Amino acid sequence: MTKYSLRFVRWDLSKRLSVCDFRWRVSWNEIFCRRGFVGPVRAKKQGRRLLIYSDCSNFALSISLNRSNHHTMLDIKNLCASVDGKEILRGIDLTIGDGEIHALMGPNGSGKSTLCNVLVGNPQYTVTGGTVVFNGKDLLSLPPEDRAHEGLFMSFQSPVEIPGVSMVNFMRAAINAKRSYLGQEPITAQAFLKLMKEKRQIVELDASLTRRSVNEGFSGGERKRNEIFQMAMLEPTVAILDETDSGLDVDALRVVAEGFNKIRTTQTSAIVITHYQRMLDYLRPDFVHVLMNGRIVRSGDAQLGYRIEREGFDWIKAELHEEL
Amino acid sequence: MKSCNTMGSEQQYLDLYRDAGQMLADNSCSTLNACREEARRALAGQGLPTRKSELYRYTDVPAAFAPDYGLNLSRLEMKADPYKAYRCSVPNMGTSLFYMVNDWFYEAPHARQSLPEGLYVGSLRAYADAHPHELGQYYARLADVDADGVTALNTLLSQDGLLIIVPDGLKLTVPLQVVNLLHSSVNLMTNRRTLVLVGDGADVSLLFCNHTLDRDVQFLNTHVVETYVGRGASLHWYDIEETEPATHTFQNEYISLDAGSRLEHVGITLRNGVSRHTRRVTFRGEHSSASLLGGVVATGLQHVDNHLVIDHSVPNCQSDILYKYVLDGKSVGAFAGRVLVRPDAQKTESVETNSNLCVSPDAHMYTQPMLEIYADDVKCNHGSTVGQIDEAALFYMAQRGVSPDEARLLLQHAFVNEVISRIELPALRDRLSLMVEQRFRYASSAGCADCGLCKTR
Repeated sequence: MTKYSLRFVRWDLSKRLSVCDFRWRVSWNEIFCRRGFVGPVRAKKQGRRLLIYSDCSNFALSISLNRSNHHTMLDIKNLCASVDGKEILRGIDLTIGDGEIHALMGPNGSGKSTLCNVLVGNPQYTVTGGTVVFNGKDLLSLPPEDRAHEGLFMSFQSPVEIPGVSMVNFMRAAINAKRSYLGQEPITAQAFLKLMKEKRQIVELDASLTRRSVNEGFSGGERKRNEIFQMAMLEPTVAILDETDSGLDVDALRVVAEGFNKIRTTQTSAIVITHYQRMLDYLRPDFVHVLMNGRIVRSGDAQLGYRIEREGFDWIKAELHEEL
Repeated sequence: MKSCNTMGSEQQYLDLYRDAGQMLADNSCSTLNACREEARRALAGQGLPTRKSELYRYTDVPAAFAPDYGLNLSRLEMKADPYKAYRCSVPNMGTSLFYMVNDWFYEAPHARQSLPEGLYVGSLRAYADAHPHELGQYYARLADVDADGVTALNTLLSQDGLLIIVPDGLKLTVPLQVVNLLHSSVNLMTNRRTLVLVGDGADVSLLFCNHTLDRDVQFLNTHVVETYVGRGASLHWYDIEETEPATHTFQNEYISLDAGSRLEHVGITLRNGVSRHTRRVTFRGEHSSASLLGGVVATGLQHVDNHLVIDHSVPNCQSDILYKYVLDGKSVGAFAGRVLVRPDAQKTESVETNSNLCVSPDAHMYTQPMLEIYADDVKCNHGSTVGQIDEAALFYMAQRGVSPDEARLLLQHAFVNEVISRIELPALRDRLSLMVEQRFRYASSAGCADCGLCKTR
């Protein structure tokens, strides 16, 4: 616990955050450290900027933790994970409420993709510590397919090709697996085709693609579009977009991002990994987190994302250095 | 000591022929009898092939032939009527249905009535008795007794079999289906023979379903098939093997293709004990093509060995081989494909692919694609792969909610389906695709009754 002592986070207060505050009815005096009550944090307003001092590592999360009348969808505590014995995540704390969009930014190798893969249960990653509660359930104890049934979806950075398995058969298997998990009858052929057609149009996916093998011979753009199409079919409650914008041209990015916005409901939460401002423009995240070296070192609203777009990560590194 | 037991296991068959040759000949016909002496000489000379032979590296022939099986030399007739006991249930696929029980063609006048004139489907022996001089130029001409000890043994002992004669120019719209049944109450060796003559310009589809009725009986089944495809004719040959673990099959097929002819040959093994198929295709005339597709699904202790030889002896012919295996459990798969392009066979085009999926760590695959080219203006390629289930694909599917078992099934089915999707007969394609899926889904449940191509009533 002590390793987080006396950290501070600078909060850039903006109009957008004020709106959020209003929605969540957060009282600034009721900020708790996520590892238990440590008393009101010291907060000082400097013009439009709020400076908060505490031994809590992540204030954005603390705020969302204590929102009244708000349901927590995903609650990650001190998550540590490694790949091939190499430690990548060194204590991630993140709380995601219903309908929130969280953007993850950070330099290459900081652990963004690892976090996503750990959440969906990729067997290549080993969880070495921490807990994740998803909708009241212990997520880390569930096999990947049950996490999907519970409503977790990941749009992969590089979706694999599955030769010979048609999109139609694949999606039918996925939907029926979920229905069986929920104790429902398999979907009828007619209802399934109707659903396919309806969802396909959202991402402007060509009908011929759904008849082909999964991702086989798909262009980069088609693959990403296909990911969002699958998301539309499966209607997740938490969607993870792992660099869904990479490799897309401007138009494809618009289709994918707008498709995502059409699919999501007020209950759909999302974790979005991106390097690009354009994606932030489309998705308008409620929170932006910066990962470095396996930890969330900065949290803020969309303005933080724009500043990174302008100035890179060096200023954060400098500040961190200063703090030490 | 074991090697002593298996070595020279042809001797018991030579002894049998010496002792019971007269009874064997009395219950056969002159056309078949005429070839026995040469077969005996060939078998005595070379013996049964061992693993030292390049042709049989992956299957232990002497071990399979060593046990003492019974033979039905005096040809005691089987009482049951297979038409009443079995029923074909391929949907949307009206076939003309015939049965072979062991090496016995089951005579059914009602099945023959619907056949077009000139088409003969029936007993080899019966036809040879009625037309003693007609088949001599075909029988045992392609099947070289000196090149293969198993063919020699079959030629030595076979008494009857199936004959199909398709007259010139006949284009059959309805496939002919032959259900080969193995049926006995005691351990049995059968030596089945098939001769198919496809006339010039004819077009015919043949579907063979191979089944074992008695699960606890040991069967050793040798089967030599000789097929002549006439000028400009098309032959679609579908061979589906769904037998039992106690069934050993040695099937040597010889196919000769005349000018301008087309062969589609599909061999699918879904369930068996030990099987060895030799498929030898010889191009006799230019501008012919042969496409050989194979699919193998094996688990447990199944052993499936396919040995293909494509002999390009004339120019301007095309051959295309695609064989795919999915091996689970402790099963063993073997594939050898030898494409021989002789000096005169210019402008030959040949593609040979063998891909294999070893699903369990105990499964073994031996693959040996071979190209022998003696001509200088040809386009040939060959390749083989052995791999495991793609873990990344499994995880991708799991993330979408598809359980690993279901995902494996989809991946394996898709793997074999590449072969099945190329089958030209639509009804069979759909049916087989379903059968393969069932085979993966209910790997442990038993066999013949589930196949559905010719279902127990």
